[in-house]
Amino acid sequence: MKIKAKEKKGTSYVGILIALLILCIVLSITSGSFLTASNLLNVSQQISTNFLIAIGMTFIILLGGIDLSVGSIIAVTGLMMGLMMKSWNMPVLVSLLLGVVFASVIGLVTGLLITGFDLPPFIATLGMMSIARGAAYTITEGQPIYTFPEGFLAITGRYGGIPIVTILIMAVMFAIAAYVLKYTKYGRYIYAIGGNKNCAKLSGIHVKKIECIAYVISGFCCGVAAIVLTSRLDSAVPTNADGAELDAIAAVVIGGTSMNGGEGTLAGTIIGTLIIGIVANGLNLLNVPQGAQRMVKGGIIVLAVIVDVLRRKRSQKA
Amino acid sequence: MSEEYILQMTDITKRFPGVLALDHVSLRVKAGEVHALLGENGAGKSTLMKILAGAYVKDEGEIEVFSRKIELGDPKAAENLGISIIYQELNLIPTLTVAENIFLGRYKMSNRIQVGWKKVYEEAETLLKDLEVDVKGTDYIRDLGIAQQQMVEVAKALSMNAKIIIMDEPTAPLTARETKNLFRIVKKLKESGVSIIYISHRLEEVLEMCDRATVMRDGCTIQELNIADVTMDEIIRLMVGRELKDKYPRIEKEIGEELFRVDNLCAGSKVQNVSFSVRKGEVLCVGGLVGAGRTETVRAIFGLDVKTDGRVFIEGRECAIKNPKDAIRAGIGYVTEDRKGEGLILKLGVDENITLAALDGFLKGIHLNLGKEKNTVKEYVKKLNVKTPSIYQKVENLSGGNQQKVVLAKWLLSECKVLILDEPTRGIDVGAKIEVYNLINELAREGKAILVITSEIPELLGICDRVVVMARGRMSGSLSREEADQESIMTLAVGAEERGKQK
Repeated sequence: MKIKAKEKKGTSYVGILIALLILCIVLSITSGSFLTASNLLNVSQQISTNFLIAIGMTFIILLGGIDLSVGSIIAVTGLMMGLMMKSWNMPVLVSLLLGVVFASVIGLVTGLLITGFDLPPFIATLGMMSIARGAAYTITEGQPIYTFPEGFLAITGRYGGIPIVTILIMAVMFAIAAYVLKYTKYGRYIYAIGGNKNCAKLSGIHVKKIECIAYVISGFCCGVAAIVLTSRLDSAVPTNADGAELDAIAAVVIGGTSMNGGEGTLAGTIIGTLIIGIVANGLNLLNVPQGAQRMVKGGIIVLAVIVDVLRRKRSQKA
Repeated sequence: MSEEYILQMTDITKRFPGVLALDHVSLRVKAGEVHALLGENGAGKSTLMKILAGAYVKDEGEIEVFSRKIELGDPKAAENLGISIIYQELNLIPTLTVAENIFLGRYKMSNRIQVGWKKVYEEAETLLKDLEVDVKGTDYIRDLGIAQQQMVEVAKALSMNAKIIIMDEPTAPLTARETKNLFRIVKKLKESGVSIIYISHRLEEVLEMCDRATVMRDGCTIQELNIADVTMDEIIRLMVGRELKDKYPRIEKEIGEELFRVDNLCAGSKVQNVSFSVRKGEVLCVGGLVGAGRTETVRAIFGLDVKTDGRVFIEGRECAIKNPKDAIRAGIGYVTEDRKGEGLILKLGVDENITLAALDGFLKGIHLNLGKEKNTVKEYVKKLNVKTPSIYQKVENLSGGNQQKVVLAKWLLSECKVLILDEPTRGIDVGAKIEVYNLINELAREGKAILVITSEIPELLGICDRVVVMARGRMSGSLSREEADQESIMTLAVGAEERGKQK
């Protein structure tokens, strides 16, 4: 029975886990500096933003939705927190809390647009993507904010070479999200709605409420990501996290979550994030130019989905 | 010898990973006959037909059409040979018109680049007229009822000039009149030399319609027979491999006081002033034609559609039901007619489907007790005899009968007092049907009020304690079990409509 349980929930990420391991082995051989502690710690910091956004994105895609507004939310939230800390001289902790609340409220607005007016998530979040990015340019009239207080920079600071706070934040967010998906009613409802909305509704699930909360969760994750990103860069600019939504969606999809919703795991998403991060890192180490890097990334996304489609087809025939 | 047979499938074997789906199966069909392919769900009928239609590739065996050995690899090849299949799950595109669907991929061209739409629509109209269906070529599929859509599928097969037409449960969603109409068409086809392979769980129809039959069981051919030489009991025995004493089992039970009452329910034009009540332990069947407003009535009761008027009482207390959540809280369970579309989440496991409407029972704070859930699911899987390799199996991999048991288990677990079942045995095999009937009996004995909508009159007569009949959105009558028979129900179901038309 135990094996069966693993089969059902697990196969979707075993394949890419192997792919990830192969990737690591290849990079260890081709680049002497890949498998060093300092490089791996670098990778963990480089992937931190995408890791956090992708957690929220997993909820959304499991529901059968999509959130294109995440990158813009991060930018505008980063600037809001910057204003609070630098211009309004608010304490760091208060600024961060309000920043996360701010990002969650944007998510709530998106969620209400989607559920209240039956807007397709693609359209609603496309709109919000532009609105939030525009707001980011507007609130400081395009000016960046930098040189943040020590307390804020400490979040991504290294202690004994290790970005311990960042890693801790990632671990806690992952643990909470994984718990919610597996051990709460809310998590089960996410899968149910993504699998069959009609059936979910008939089973007494308040579909709109669950959907709306998912966009709040995505917004919340963006808020946390905004803290980590802004702290690491020590600057808040309106162009921060430009295109971040695509990396997050890519991580979720590489992780084996179906774009139709209802199927997928958070563990898969994390592996997806790692693959994207490690490929980028490895290609940098090998001095591959940016243009070629993008092409490789695109190829990996397509390849991952092809493998996933083939796997699903095979299991369906069985 | 072999000229007699238009189609001969010999020693067909098909393996899926870990499963021997077909084990040297043979099927012989004569020209111009209606050949029934019989067997329980999972017997291998669908697999065999998919091989014939070119959707699957056989591993071993030979197929001869018109005494010519052929290899079937893809659906187009089968179509070109004059083999056409009408699947149980209709294959129509909702956003296109009837005519566009009928000739999809085979549009008559008026020149090299332009479709001759006029001709396409004309030919569609001719086909539809022959079928005597109330559908126009310009109608959009999405606006049609399931019965009408099926007729479009039939028209599509006819348009391909098929020599062998496979019909998989064609009458399941049809009304009695539409079924008669279909039979008329089948007879006509037969007279013109077309062979029909007819798959149906309704043995009454098979006896009425078919000339010969092949019975399958567990992936093997059991027997080829002449319908004229056998009785229904013999067929059932061959299909299930055991005697089925009673198709409609009855048990001793007590019918108590009124438990569920609906007063003057109105919802749109399809439900007008509907009132009825069900007593504790009673099975109330709702008869009527497809489109009479039965499904709409229960959807309104359950809070899926808006009620414009009317009240619902459970155990004498009025329940304000605005959405399914309210209905479940009030103690109503609803097994819909569309099992895959509304009853189940196919990608989720047996466990997650069964507990979906009752997760609160496994909560401790916000924590779901998965261990307790697992034990409960196991208990229900055992109680309902759901055949599944594991409770984590995705329900899409189960047979229709077992899927239906999963849906039933879900509502049992929600501890409903009133259970509404809409076409509960549609598309499930004889053995599983009896299990469903037994379950309905058992639940009634436990004191639930049960409302069953069914279009199969023998089934209705077999399981009901009382019957109400609906016609054109209204209650047209109520019959006791003793009063109810085929004729009295049809009179109430059709009578009102026909009389209305004559006036």
